[in-house]
Amino acid sequence: MVSRNTLAALSSAAVLLTALAGCAPADESGPSAGASASPSGAACATGALDTQTAGKLTIGTDNPAYEPWFKDNKPNNGQGFESAVAYQVAERLGYPAQNVVWAQVTFNNAIAPGPKTFDFDINQFSITPERKKAVDFSSPYYLVRQTVITTKGSKIAGAKTLAELKSAKLGAQVGTTSYQAVNEIIKPDAKAQVYNNNDDAKAALVNGTVDGIVVDLPTAFYMTAAELDNGVIVGQLPQVGVPEQFGLVLDLDSPLTGCVTQAVDQLRQDGTLAVLEKQWLASTGGAPELS
Amino acid sequence: MSTEFHQPSEIQRGRTAYRRRQTIRSVLLAALSTAVVGVLLAVAVTGAPGWDRVKLSFFSPDVAVEWLPEILEGLWLNVRLLVVCAVLALGLGLLIATLRTLRGPVFFPVRALATGYTYTFRGLPLIIVIYLMAFGVPGLRLQGTPGVLVLGGAALIITYGAYLAEVFRAGIESVHPSQLAAARSLGLTYRQTMRHVVLPQAIRRVAPPLLNDTVALQKDVGLVSLAGPIDAVRAAQIGVAQDANYTPYIVAGVLFVLLALPLIGVTDWVTLRAARRQSAGS
Repeated sequence: MVSRNTLAALSSAAVLLTALAGCAPADESGPSAGASASPSGAACATGALDTQTAGKLTIGTDNPAYEPWFKDNKPNNGQGFESAVAYQVAERLGYPAQNVVWAQVTFNNAIAPGPKTFDFDINQFSITPERKKAVDFSSPYYLVRQTVITTKGSKIAGAKTLAELKSAKLGAQVGTTSYQAVNEIIKPDAKAQVYNNNDDAKAALVNGTVDGIVVDLPTAFYMTAAELDNGVIVGQLPQVGVPEQFGLVLDLDSPLTGCVTQAVDQLRQDGTLAVLEKQWLASTGGAPELS
Repeated sequence: MSTEFHQPSEIQRGRTAYRRRQTIRSVLLAALSTAVVGVLLAVAVTGAPGWDRVKLSFFSPDVAVEWLPEILEGLWLNVRLLVVCAVLALGLGLLIATLRTLRGPVFFPVRALATGYTYTFRGLPLIIVIYLMAFGVPGLRLQGTPGVLVLGGAALIITYGAYLAEVFRAGIESVHPSQLAAARSLGLTYRQTMRHVVLPQAIRRVAPPLLNDTVALQKDVGLVSLAGPIDAVRAAQIGVAQDANYTPYIVAGVLFVLLALPLIGVTDWVTLRAARRQSAGS
Protein backbone atom coordinates (compact mmCIF):
# COMPACT_ATOMS: atom_id res chain seq x y z
CA MET A 1 0.00 0.00 0.00
CA VAL A 2 1.64 3.21 -1.10
CA SER A 3 0.81 6.04 1.24
CA ARG A 4 0.03 9.50 0.02
CA ASN A 5 3.28 10.69 1.60
CA THR A 6 5.34 8.35 -0.50
CA LEU A 7 3.62 9.64 -3.61
CA ALA A 8 4.35 13.21 -2.58
CA ALA A 9 7.96 12.34 -1.84
CA LEU A 10 8.32 10.58 -5.16
CA SER A 11 6.81 13.41 -7.10
CA SER A 12 8.93 16.02 -5.34
CA ALA A 13 11.99 13.88 -6.03
CA ALA A 14 11.00 13.85 -9.67
CA VAL A 15 10.65 17.64 -9.66
CA LEU A 16 14.06 17.93 -8.00
CA LEU A 17 15.59 15.67 -10.60
CA THR A 18 14.19 17.69 -13.45
CA ALA A 19 15.39 20.85 -11.77
CA LEU A 20 18.86 19.31 -11.47
CA ALA A 21 18.72 18.31 -15.09
CA GLY A 22 17.82 21.87 -15.88
CA CYS A 23 20.90 23.06 -14.01
CA ALA A 24 23.18 20.69 -15.89
CA PRO A 25 26.04 22.34 -17.74
CA ALA A 26 25.00 23.71 -21.09
CA ASP A 27 27.44 21.65 -23.10
CA GLU A 28 25.63 18.46 -22.08
CA SER A 29 23.16 18.30 -24.88
CA GLY A 30 19.95 17.91 -22.98
CA PRO A 31 16.63 17.81 -24.71
CA SER A 32 15.83 21.41 -25.51
CA ALA A 33 12.23 21.86 -24.57
CA GLY A 34 11.12 23.22 -27.92
CA ALA A 35 12.75 26.55 -27.22
CA SER A 36 12.44 27.93 -30.68
CA ALA A 37 8.96 26.64 -31.15
CA SER A 38 6.39 29.25 -30.35
CA PRO A 39 4.97 28.21 -27.01
CA SER A 40 1.34 28.15 -26.08
CA GLY A 41 0.19 30.70 -23.52
CA ALA A 42 0.16 28.02 -20.83
CA ALA A 43 3.90 27.39 -21.23
CA CYS A 44 4.69 30.95 -20.24
CA ALA A 45 3.51 30.72 -16.66
CA THR A 46 3.23 34.28 -15.50
CA GLY A 47 6.01 35.12 -13.06
CA ALA A 48 7.03 31.48 -12.69
CA LEU A 49 9.37 30.88 -15.59
CA ASP A 50 12.44 28.69 -15.45
CA THR A 51 14.71 31.64 -14.63
CA GLN A 52 18.22 31.83 -13.17
CA THR A 53 16.81 32.70 -9.75
CA ALA A 54 13.34 31.41 -9.02
CA GLY A 55 10.81 34.21 -8.89
CA LYS A 56 13.27 36.78 -10.17
CA LEU A 57 14.11 37.83 -13.70
CA THR A 58 17.82 38.55 -14.26
CA ILE A 59 18.52 41.01 -17.08
CA GLY A 60 22.06 41.58 -18.29
CA THR A 61 23.63 44.67 -19.80
CA ASP A 62 27.11 46.16 -20.11
CA ASN A 63 28.69 48.66 -17.76
CA PRO A 64 28.85 51.54 -18.58
CA ALA A 65 25.38 51.66 -20.03
CA TYR A 66 25.16 54.61 -22.39
CA GLU A 67 22.49 57.17 -23.04
CA PRO A 68 19.96 57.23 -24.62
CA TRP A 69 19.63 53.49 -24.08
CA PHE A 70 20.04 53.88 -20.31
CA LYS A 71 20.20 56.91 -18.09
CA ASP A 72 22.94 57.82 -15.59
CA ASN A 73 24.45 54.34 -16.06
CA LYS A 74 21.64 52.96 -13.85
CA PRO A 75 19.75 50.26 -15.75
CA ASN A 76 17.43 49.75 -12.79
CA ASN A 77 15.85 53.21 -12.91
CA GLY A 78 13.59 52.35 -15.83
CA GLN A 79 14.83 55.36 -17.77
CA GLY A 80 16.34 55.27 -21.21
CA PHE A 81 14.96 53.27 -24.13
CA GLU A 82 16.41 49.86 -23.37
CA SER A 83 15.79 50.05 -19.65
CA ALA A 84 12.17 50.95 -20.32
CA VAL A 85 11.83 48.13 -22.85
CA ALA A 86 13.41 45.65 -20.42
CA TYR A 87 10.93 46.53 -17.67
CA GLN A 88 8.01 46.33 -20.08
CA VAL A 89 9.11 42.86 -21.23
CA ALA A 90 9.53 41.79 -17.59
CA GLU A 91 6.05 43.10 -16.82
CA ARG A 92 4.60 41.07 -19.68
CA LEU A 93 6.33 37.96 -18.39
CA GLY A 94 4.79 38.58 -14.96
CA TYR A 95 7.81 40.03 -13.18
CA PRO A 96 7.03 43.48 -11.77
CA ALA A 97 9.92 45.88 -11.24
CA GLN A 98 10.76 44.64 -7.75
CA ASN A 99 11.39 41.13 -9.12
CA VAL A 100 13.84 42.31 -11.78
CA VAL A 101 17.56 41.92 -11.05
CA TRP A 102 20.25 43.49 -13.26
CA ALA A 103 23.51 41.71 -14.03
CA GLN A 104 26.66 43.29 -15.42
CA VAL A 105 27.65 41.42 -18.55
CA THR A 106 30.18 42.68 -21.07
CA PHE A 107 29.05 42.87 -24.66
CA ASN A 108 31.36 40.08 -25.80
CA ASN A 109 30.47 37.73 -22.96
CA ALA A 110 26.79 38.09 -23.67
CA ILE A 111 27.23 37.07 -27.27
CA ALA A 112 29.75 34.26 -26.66
CA PRO A 113 28.61 30.65 -26.45
CA GLY A 114 28.64 29.09 -23.00
CA PRO A 115 26.61 29.33 -19.82
CA LYS A 116 24.92 32.63 -19.11
CA THR A 117 24.41 34.54 -15.90
CA PHE A 118 21.25 36.28 -17.13
CA ASP A 119 17.82 35.33 -18.37
CA PHE A 120 18.05 37.81 -21.19
CA ASP A 121 20.51 40.56 -22.14
CA ILE A 122 19.64 43.94 -23.65
CA ASN A 123 22.57 45.83 -25.13
CA GLN A 124 21.87 47.03 -28.69
CA PHE A 125 22.57 43.61 -30.15
CA SER A 126 21.99 43.41 -33.88
CA ILE A 127 20.44 40.14 -34.94
CA THR A 128 22.82 38.37 -37.34
CA PRO A 129 22.91 34.79 -38.66
CA GLU A 130 26.44 34.33 -37.27
CA ARG A 131 25.38 35.35 -33.79
CA LYS A 132 22.31 33.14 -34.00
CA LYS A 133 24.66 30.17 -34.01
CA ALA A 134 25.96 31.12 -30.57
CA VAL A 135 22.92 32.59 -28.82
CA ASP A 136 19.15 32.88 -29.10
CA PHE A 137 17.50 36.14 -30.06
CA SER A 138 14.02 37.33 -29.23
CA SER A 139 12.07 38.97 -32.03
CA PRO A 140 13.34 42.51 -32.70
CA TYR A 141 12.35 45.22 -30.24
CA TYR A 142 13.90 48.01 -32.32
CA LEU A 143 14.54 48.61 -36.02
CA VAL A 144 17.56 50.88 -36.42
CA ARG A 145 16.79 54.21 -38.06
CA GLN A 146 19.16 56.25 -40.19
CA THR A 147 20.10 59.63 -38.75
CA VAL A 148 21.61 62.83 -40.09
CA ILE A 149 24.33 64.38 -37.96
CA THR A 150 26.32 67.56 -38.40
CA THR A 151 28.38 70.02 -36.38
CA LYS A 152 27.27 73.17 -34.55
CA GLY A 153 27.04 76.16 -36.83
CA SER A 154 26.51 74.11 -39.97
CA LYS A 155 23.78 75.34 -42.30
CA ILE A 156 21.66 72.25 -41.65
CA ALA A 157 22.10 72.19 -37.86
CA GLY A 158 18.59 73.53 -37.38
CA ALA A 159 16.85 71.60 -40.14
CA LYS A 160 13.43 70.24 -39.20
CA THR A 161 12.28 68.74 -42.49
CA LEU A 162 13.73 66.64 -45.28
CA ALA A 163 13.23 69.53 -47.70
CA GLU A 164 15.75 71.61 -45.78
CA LEU A 165 18.41 68.95 -46.38
CA LYS A 166 17.98 68.94 -50.16
CA SER A 167 20.52 71.68 -50.81
CA ALA A 168 23.09 70.24 -48.37
CA LYS A 169 26.23 68.33 -49.29
CA LEU A 170 25.88 64.98 -47.54
CA GLY A 171 28.17 61.99 -47.08
CA ALA A 172 27.80 58.36 -46.03
CA GLN A 173 29.72 55.11 -45.92
CA VAL A 174 29.74 53.06 -49.10
CA GLY A 175 27.41 50.08 -49.36
CA THR A 176 25.35 50.93 -46.28
CA THR A 177 21.70 51.60 -45.63
CA SER A 178 22.86 55.11 -44.71
CA TYR A 179 24.00 55.74 -48.28
CA GLN A 180 20.72 54.33 -49.53
CA ALA A 181 18.86 56.70 -47.23
CA VAL A 182 20.66 59.73 -48.68
CA ASN A 183 19.77 58.79 -52.24
CA GLU A 184 16.27 57.44 -51.74
CA ILE A 185 14.87 59.63 -48.97
CA ILE A 186 16.73 62.93 -48.94
CA LYS A 187 17.64 62.93 -52.67
CA PRO A 188 20.04 65.90 -52.33
CA ASP A 189 20.74 68.18 -55.29
CA ALA A 190 24.47 67.61 -55.07
CA LYS A 191 25.69 64.03 -55.47
CA ALA A 192 26.30 62.33 -52.14
CA GLN A 193 29.92 61.87 -51.13
CA VAL A 194 30.90 58.28 -50.44
CA TYR A 195 33.50 57.11 -47.93
CA ASN A 196 35.22 53.84 -47.17
CA ASN A 197 34.15 53.97 -43.54
CA ASN A 198 32.41 56.17 -41.01
CA ASP A 199 35.72 57.52 -39.72
CA ASP A 200 36.49 59.04 -43.11
CA ALA A 201 32.97 60.43 -43.32
CA LYS A 202 33.39 61.94 -39.86
CA ALA A 203 36.73 63.50 -40.86
CA ALA A 204 35.07 65.07 -43.89
CA LEU A 205 32.34 66.46 -41.65
CA VAL A 206 34.88 67.94 -39.23
CA ASN A 207 36.83 69.45 -42.14
CA GLY A 208 33.69 71.02 -43.52
CA THR A 209 34.04 69.10 -46.78
CA VAL A 210 30.42 67.99 -46.29
CA ASP A 211 27.58 69.68 -44.43
CA GLY A 212 26.32 66.52 -42.77
CA ILE A 213 26.70 62.75 -42.76
CA VAL A 214 24.17 59.96 -42.42
CA VAL A 215 24.84 57.13 -39.97
CA ASP A 216 22.61 54.76 -38.07
CA LEU A 217 21.07 56.03 -34.86
CA PRO A 218 23.33 54.23 -32.34
CA THR A 219 26.39 55.47 -34.22
CA ALA A 220 24.88 58.95 -34.35
CA PHE A 221 24.47 59.04 -30.57
CA TYR A 222 27.98 57.71 -30.03
CA MET A 223 29.58 60.08 -32.54
CA THR A 224 27.86 63.21 -31.28
CA ALA A 225 28.48 62.30 -27.64
CA ALA A 226 31.98 60.88 -27.68
CA GLU A 227 33.74 61.50 -30.96
CA LEU A 228 32.76 64.92 -32.24
CA ASP A 229 33.60 68.07 -30.29
CA ASN A 230 30.46 69.88 -31.32
CA GLY A 231 28.36 67.22 -32.99
CA VAL A 232 24.64 67.74 -33.42
CA ILE A 233 21.95 65.23 -34.30
CA VAL A 234 19.76 66.80 -36.96
CA GLY A 235 17.15 64.05 -36.88
CA GLN A 236 16.00 60.57 -37.80
CA LEU A 237 15.02 59.68 -41.34
CA PRO A 238 12.05 57.52 -42.29
CA GLN A 239 12.80 53.80 -42.55
CA VAL A 240 14.49 52.61 -45.74
CA GLY A 241 16.02 49.43 -47.12
CA VAL A 242 16.63 46.51 -44.80
CA PRO A 243 17.22 48.02 -41.36
CA GLU A 244 19.35 46.42 -38.69
CA GLN A 245 17.28 44.85 -35.92
CA PHE A 246 18.03 44.84 -32.23
CA GLY A 247 17.00 41.72 -30.32
CA LEU A 248 17.19 40.51 -26.73
CA VAL A 249 19.95 37.92 -26.28
CA LEU A 250 19.23 34.63 -24.54
CA ASP A 251 21.25 31.51 -23.97
CA LEU A 252 21.28 29.16 -26.93
CA ASP A 253 18.12 27.02 -26.81
CA SER A 254 16.98 28.79 -23.67
CA PRO A 255 13.55 27.68 -22.49
CA LEU A 256 12.57 31.35 -22.22
CA THR A 257 13.17 32.37 -25.85
CA GLY A 258 9.62 31.64 -26.91
CA CYS A 259 8.04 33.47 -24.00
CA VAL A 260 10.32 36.52 -24.32
CA THR A 261 9.65 36.69 -28.05
CA GLN A 262 5.94 36.52 -27.35
CA ALA A 263 6.25 39.40 -24.88
CA VAL A 264 8.21 41.53 -27.37
CA ASP A 265 5.68 40.77 -30.11
CA GLN A 266 2.82 41.88 -27.87
CA LEU A 267 4.65 45.12 -27.03
CA ARG A 268 5.21 45.80 -30.71
CA GLN A 269 1.60 45.05 -31.64
CA ASP A 270 0.00 47.21 -28.96
CA GLY A 271 2.27 50.14 -29.88
CA THR A 272 4.20 50.24 -26.61
CA LEU A 273 7.56 49.98 -28.39
CA ALA A 274 6.69 52.85 -30.73
CA VAL A 275 5.72 55.02 -27.77
CA LEU A 276 8.96 54.21 -25.92
CA GLU A 277 10.98 54.91 -29.07
CA LYS A 278 9.38 58.34 -29.44
CA GLN A 279 9.81 59.08 -25.75
CA TRP A 280 13.40 58.01 -25.21
CA LEU A 281 15.06 58.39 -28.60
CA ALA A 282 13.22 61.19 -30.40
CA SER A 283 12.39 63.60 -27.60
CA THR A 284 14.62 62.89 -24.59
CA GLY A 285 17.47 61.49 -26.67
CA GLY A 286 17.38 64.46 -28.98
CA ALA A 287 16.93 62.76 -32.32
CA PRO A 288 13.70 64.29 -33.65
CA GLU A 289 11.98 62.73 -36.63
CA LEU A 290 12.44 64.49 -39.96
CA SER A 291 9.51 64.32 -42.32
CA MET B 1 64.50 60.22 -111.53
CA SER B 2 63.81 57.76 -114.39
CA THR B 3 60.27 57.85 -115.77
CA GLU B 4 60.28 54.47 -117.47
CA PHE B 5 58.00 51.78 -116.00
CA HIS B 6 59.85 49.65 -113.50
CA GLN B 7 59.34 45.92 -113.94
CA PRO B 8 60.70 43.66 -111.18
CA SER B 9 62.74 40.72 -112.40
CA GLU B 10 61.36 37.18 -112.67
CA ILE B 11 63.28 36.12 -109.57
CA GLN B 12 62.03 39.13 -107.59
CA ARG B 13 58.41 38.36 -108.55
CA GLY B 14 58.91 34.78 -107.47
CA ARG B 15 60.28 35.99 -104.17
CA THR B 16 57.30 38.28 -103.63
CA ALA B 17 54.82 35.51 -104.40
CA TYR B 18 56.64 33.12 -102.08
CA ARG B 19 56.61 35.68 -99.28
CA ARG B 20 52.90 36.31 -99.78
CA ARG B 21 52.19 32.59 -99.59
CA GLN B 22 54.26 32.34 -96.43
CA THR B 23 52.37 35.24 -94.89
CA ILE B 24 48.97 33.72 -95.68
CA ARG B 25 50.09 30.37 -94.32
CA SER B 26 51.34 31.84 -91.05
CA VAL B 27 48.16 33.89 -90.58
CA LEU B 28 46.03 30.79 -91.10
CA LEU B 29 48.16 28.79 -88.70
CA ALA B 30 47.93 31.54 -86.08
CA ALA B 31 44.14 31.67 -86.45
CA LEU B 32 43.88 27.90 -86.09
CA SER B 33 46.05 27.72 -82.97
CA THR B 34 44.15 30.68 -81.45
CA ALA B 35 40.86 28.91 -82.08
CA VAL B 36 42.16 25.74 -80.42
CA VAL B 37 43.42 27.61 -77.36
CA GLY B 38 40.19 29.60 -77.12
CA VAL B 39 38.03 26.49 -77.27
CA LEU B 40 40.15 24.80 -74.62
CA LEU B 41 39.87 27.83 -72.31
CA ALA B 42 36.13 28.13 -72.85
CA VAL B 43 35.64 24.44 -72.11
CA ALA B 44 37.82 24.63 -69.01
CA VAL B 45 35.97 27.65 -67.58
CA THR B 46 32.40 26.83 -68.52
CA GLY B 47 32.89 23.15 -67.72
CA ALA B 48 33.96 23.90 -64.16
CA PRO B 49 31.51 22.66 -61.52
CA GLY B 50 30.94 26.13 -60.09
CA TRP B 51 30.55 27.91 -63.42
CA ASP B 52 26.82 28.46 -63.08
CA ARG B 53 27.22 30.20 -59.76
CA VAL B 54 30.11 32.30 -61.03
CA LYS B 55 28.17 33.23 -64.14
CA LEU B 56 25.26 34.34 -62.00
CA SER B 57 27.32 36.49 -59.66
CA PHE B 58 29.97 37.87 -62.03
CA PHE B 59 28.38 37.92 -65.48
CA SER B 60 24.76 38.83 -64.99
CA PRO B 61 23.56 40.94 -67.96
CA ASP B 62 20.62 42.44 -66.05
CA VAL B 63 22.84 43.74 -63.28
CA ALA B 64 25.37 45.02 -65.82
CA VAL B 65 22.70 47.00 -67.67
CA GLU B 66 21.28 48.31 -64.40
CA TRP B 67 24.56 49.79 -63.19
CA LEU B 68 26.18 50.78 -66.50
CA PRO B 69 24.92 54.41 -66.44
CA GLU B 70 26.28 55.02 -62.93
CA ILE B 71 29.61 53.40 -63.78
CA LEU B 72 29.91 55.43 -66.98
CA GLU B 73 29.20 58.59 -65.03
CA GLY B 74 31.99 57.63 -62.65
CA LEU B 75 34.29 56.83 -65.57
CA TRP B 76 33.76 60.32 -66.95
CA LEU B 77 35.26 61.62 -63.72
CA ASN B 78 38.19 59.23 -64.15
CA VAL B 79 38.81 60.45 -67.69
CA ARG B 80 38.73 64.14 -66.81
CA LEU B 81 40.98 63.59 -63.83
CA LEU B 82 43.36 61.47 -65.91
CA VAL B 83 43.80 64.10 -68.62
CA VAL B 84 44.45 66.94 -66.17
CA CYS B 85 46.68 64.90 -63.85
CA ALA B 86 48.70 63.35 -66.69
CA VAL B 87 49.48 66.71 -68.27
CA LEU B 88 50.39 68.37 -64.97
CA ALA B 89 52.37 65.37 -63.70
CA LEU B 90 54.41 65.27 -66.93
CA GLY B 91 55.11 68.99 -66.56
CA LEU B 92 56.11 68.63 -62.93
CA GLY B 93 58.30 65.61 -63.69
CA LEU B 94 60.13 67.46 -66.43
CA LEU B 95 60.69 70.45 -64.17
CA ILE B 96 62.06 68.32 -61.31
CA ALA B 97 64.29 66.33 -63.66
CA THR B 98 65.73 69.55 -65.08
CA LEU B 99 66.39 70.84 -61.58
CA ARG B 100 68.07 67.58 -60.61
CA THR B 101 70.44 67.73 -63.55
CA LEU B 102 71.54 71.34 -63.01
CA ARG B 103 75.29 71.69 -62.79
CA GLY B 104 77.43 73.77 -60.49
CA PRO B 105 77.86 74.01 -56.72
CA VAL B 106 75.50 77.00 -56.46
CA PHE B 107 72.55 74.80 -57.31
CA PHE B 108 73.27 72.19 -54.65
CA PRO B 109 70.22 73.07 -52.48
CA VAL B 110 67.94 72.92 -55.52
CA ARG B 111 69.37 69.54 -56.52
CA ALA B 112 69.09 68.27 -52.95
CA LEU B 113 65.46 69.37 -52.68
CA ALA B 114 64.54 67.80 -56.02
CA THR B 115 66.30 64.56 -55.06
CA GLY B 116 64.61 64.49 -51.67
CA TYR B 117 61.25 65.02 -53.33
CA THR B 118 61.65 62.13 -55.76
CA TYR B 119 62.92 59.82 -53.02
CA THR B 120 60.06 60.68 -50.67
CA PHE B 121 57.15 60.52 -53.04
CA ARG B 122 58.27 57.41 -54.85
CA GLY B 123 58.44 55.68 -51.48
CA LEU B 124 55.25 57.07 -49.97
CA PRO B 125 52.12 55.02 -50.73
CA LEU B 126 49.69 56.99 -52.85
CA ILE B 127 46.78 56.30 -50.51
CA ILE B 128 48.58 58.05 -47.69
CA VAL B 129 49.31 61.08 -49.87
CA ILE B 130 45.65 61.23 -50.84
CA TYR B 131 44.55 61.02 -47.20
CA LEU B 132 46.97 63.79 -46.25
CA MET B 133 45.82 66.03 -49.06
CA ALA B 134 42.10 65.34 -49.08
CA PHE B 135 41.50 64.99 -45.34
CA GLY B 136 44.44 66.86 -43.84
CA VAL B 137 44.52 70.03 -45.89
CA PRO B 138 40.80 70.93 -45.52
CA GLY B 139 41.28 70.47 -41.77
CA LEU B 140 43.54 73.51 -41.77
CA ARG B 141 40.40 75.57 -42.47
CA LEU B 142 42.27 77.95 -44.76
CA GLN B 143 40.35 80.47 -46.82
CA GLY B 144 39.90 79.33 -50.40
CA THR B 145 40.78 75.67 -49.87
CA PRO B 146 39.86 73.90 -53.13
CA GLY B 147 37.49 70.95 -53.22
CA VAL B 148 38.55 67.40 -52.41
CA LEU B 149 38.66 66.55 -56.08
CA VAL B 150 41.34 69.17 -56.72
CA LEU B 151 43.25 68.12 -53.60
CA GLY B 152 43.09 64.45 -54.55
CA GLY B 153 44.26 65.36 -58.04
CA ALA B 154 47.15 67.28 -56.50
CA ALA B 155 48.13 64.17 -54.53
CA LEU B 156 48.21 62.17 -57.76
CA ILE B 157 50.25 64.83 -59.54
CA ILE B 158 52.80 65.00 -56.72
CA THR B 159 53.21 61.22 -56.55
CA TYR B 160 53.34 60.57 -60.27
CA GLY B 161 55.48 63.67 -60.83
CA ALA B 162 58.16 61.95 -58.75
CA TYR B 163 58.06 58.79 -60.90
CA LEU B 164 58.05 60.72 -64.15
CA ALA B 165 60.89 62.96 -62.97
CA GLU B 166 63.11 59.91 -62.64
CA VAL B 167 62.14 58.72 -66.12
CA PHE B 168 62.96 62.14 -67.57
CA ARG B 169 66.27 62.21 -65.70
CA ALA B 170 67.23 58.84 -67.10
CA GLY B 171 66.51 60.24 -70.54
CA ILE B 172 68.54 63.39 -69.96
CA GLU B 173 71.51 61.43 -68.64
CA SER B 174 71.37 59.02 -71.54
CA VAL B 175 72.22 61.82 -74.01
CA HIS B 176 75.89 61.49 -74.76
CA PRO B 177 78.12 64.19 -73.20
CA SER B 178 79.63 64.88 -76.63
CA GLN B 179 76.27 66.31 -77.70
CA LEU B 180 76.42 68.79 -74.85
CA ALA B 181 80.04 69.63 -75.58
CA ALA B 182 79.29 70.16 -79.25
CA ALA B 183 76.34 72.41 -78.47
CA ARG B 184 78.33 74.50 -76.00
CA SER B 185 81.24 74.81 -78.45
CA LEU B 186 78.79 76.18 -81.01
CA GLY B 187 78.13 78.95 -78.50
CA LEU B 188 74.73 77.86 -77.20
CA THR B 189 74.01 78.74 -73.58
CA TYR B 190 73.26 75.95 -71.09
CA ARG B 191 69.57 76.72 -71.34
CA GLN B 192 69.61 76.68 -75.13
CA THR B 193 71.57 73.44 -75.10
CA MET B 194 68.98 71.80 -72.88
CA ARG B 195 66.08 73.20 -74.86
CA HIS B 196 67.31 72.44 -78.39
CA VAL B 197 69.78 69.59 -78.07
CA VAL B 198 69.38 67.51 -74.91
CA LEU B 199 65.66 67.49 -74.07
CA PRO B 200 64.35 66.63 -77.55
CA GLN B 201 66.58 63.57 -77.67
CA ALA B 202 65.92 62.67 -74.04
CA ILE B 203 62.14 62.83 -74.29
CA ARG B 204 62.08 60.88 -77.52
CA ARG B 205 64.15 58.18 -75.88
CA VAL B 206 61.97 57.78 -72.80
CA ALA B 207 58.58 58.21 -74.49
CA PRO B 208 57.61 54.54 -73.98
CA PRO B 209 58.21 54.46 -70.19
CA LEU B 210 56.51 57.86 -69.85
CA LEU B 211 53.40 56.57 -71.58
CA ASN B 212 53.62 53.40 -69.51
CA ASP B 213 53.47 55.44 -66.32
CA THR B 214 50.50 57.33 -67.75
CA VAL B 215 48.68 54.01 -68.23
CA ALA B 216 49.42 53.20 -64.59
CA LEU B 217 48.12 56.62 -63.57
CA GLN B 218 44.86 55.88 -65.34
CA LYS B 219 44.11 53.14 -62.82
CA ASP B 220 45.26 55.12 -59.83
CA VAL B 221 43.11 58.20 -60.45
CA GLY B 222 40.22 56.16 -59.04
CA LEU B 223 41.83 56.30 -55.60
CA VAL B 224 40.57 59.87 -55.32
CA SER B 225 37.24 58.24 -54.46
CA LEU B 226 38.68 57.76 -50.95
CA ALA B 227 37.89 61.40 -50.39
CA GLY B 228 34.24 61.15 -51.39
CA PRO B 229 33.79 61.67 -55.15
CA ILE B 230 32.31 58.69 -56.97
CA ASP B 231 34.52 57.26 -59.72
CA ALA B 232 33.86 54.21 -61.86
CA VAL B 233 35.17 51.65 -59.37
CA ARG B 234 33.30 53.31 -56.51
CA ALA B 235 30.08 53.33 -58.53
CA ALA B 236 30.64 49.64 -59.21
CA GLN B 237 31.27 49.02 -55.51
CA ILE B 238 27.95 50.66 -54.65
CA GLY B 239 26.26 48.43 -57.19
CA VAL B 240 27.95 45.35 -55.76
CA ALA B 241 26.87 46.30 -52.25
CA GLN B 242 23.26 46.88 -53.26
CA ASP B 243 22.74 43.86 -55.47
CA ALA B 244 25.10 41.40 -53.74
CA ASN B 245 26.43 40.63 -57.21
CA TYR B 246 29.93 41.25 -58.57
CA THR B 247 28.96 42.03 -62.14
CA PRO B 248 29.44 45.83 -61.75
CA TYR B 249 33.12 45.24 -60.99
CA ILE B 250 33.47 43.27 -64.21
CA VAL B 251 31.71 46.06 -66.12
CA ALA B 252 34.06 48.66 -64.63
CA GLY B 253 37.07 46.44 -65.38
CA VAL B 254 36.08 46.07 -69.03
CA LEU B 255 35.54 49.82 -69.36
CA PHE B 256 38.97 50.50 -67.88
CA VAL B 257 40.62 48.13 -70.33
CA LEU B 258 38.78 49.81 -73.22
CA LEU B 259 39.92 53.18 -71.91
CA ALA B 260 43.52 51.99 -71.71
CA LEU B 261 43.62 50.47 -75.20
CA PRO B 262 44.22 53.69 -77.15
CA LEU B 263 46.96 54.79 -74.78
CA ILE B 264 48.62 51.38 -74.91
CA GLY B 265 48.33 51.43 -78.70
CA VAL B 266 50.05 54.80 -78.85
CA THR B 267 52.79 53.50 -76.54
CA ASP B 268 53.43 50.49 -78.76
CA TRP B 269 53.47 52.62 -81.87
CA VAL B 270 55.92 55.12 -80.36
CA THR B 271 58.18 52.31 -79.18
CA LEU B 272 58.14 50.68 -82.57
CA ARG B 273 58.89 53.96 -84.32
CA ALA B 274 61.79 54.68 -81.98
CA ALA B 275 63.20 51.19 -82.56
CA ARG B 276 62.93 51.65 -86.35
CA ARG B 277 64.67 55.01 -86.18
CA GLN B 278 67.48 53.71 -84.03
CA SER B 279 68.13 50.75 -86.28
CA ALA B 280 67.70 52.79 -89.47
CA GLY B 281 70.41 52.14 -91.98
CA SER B 282 71.36 48.80 -90.50
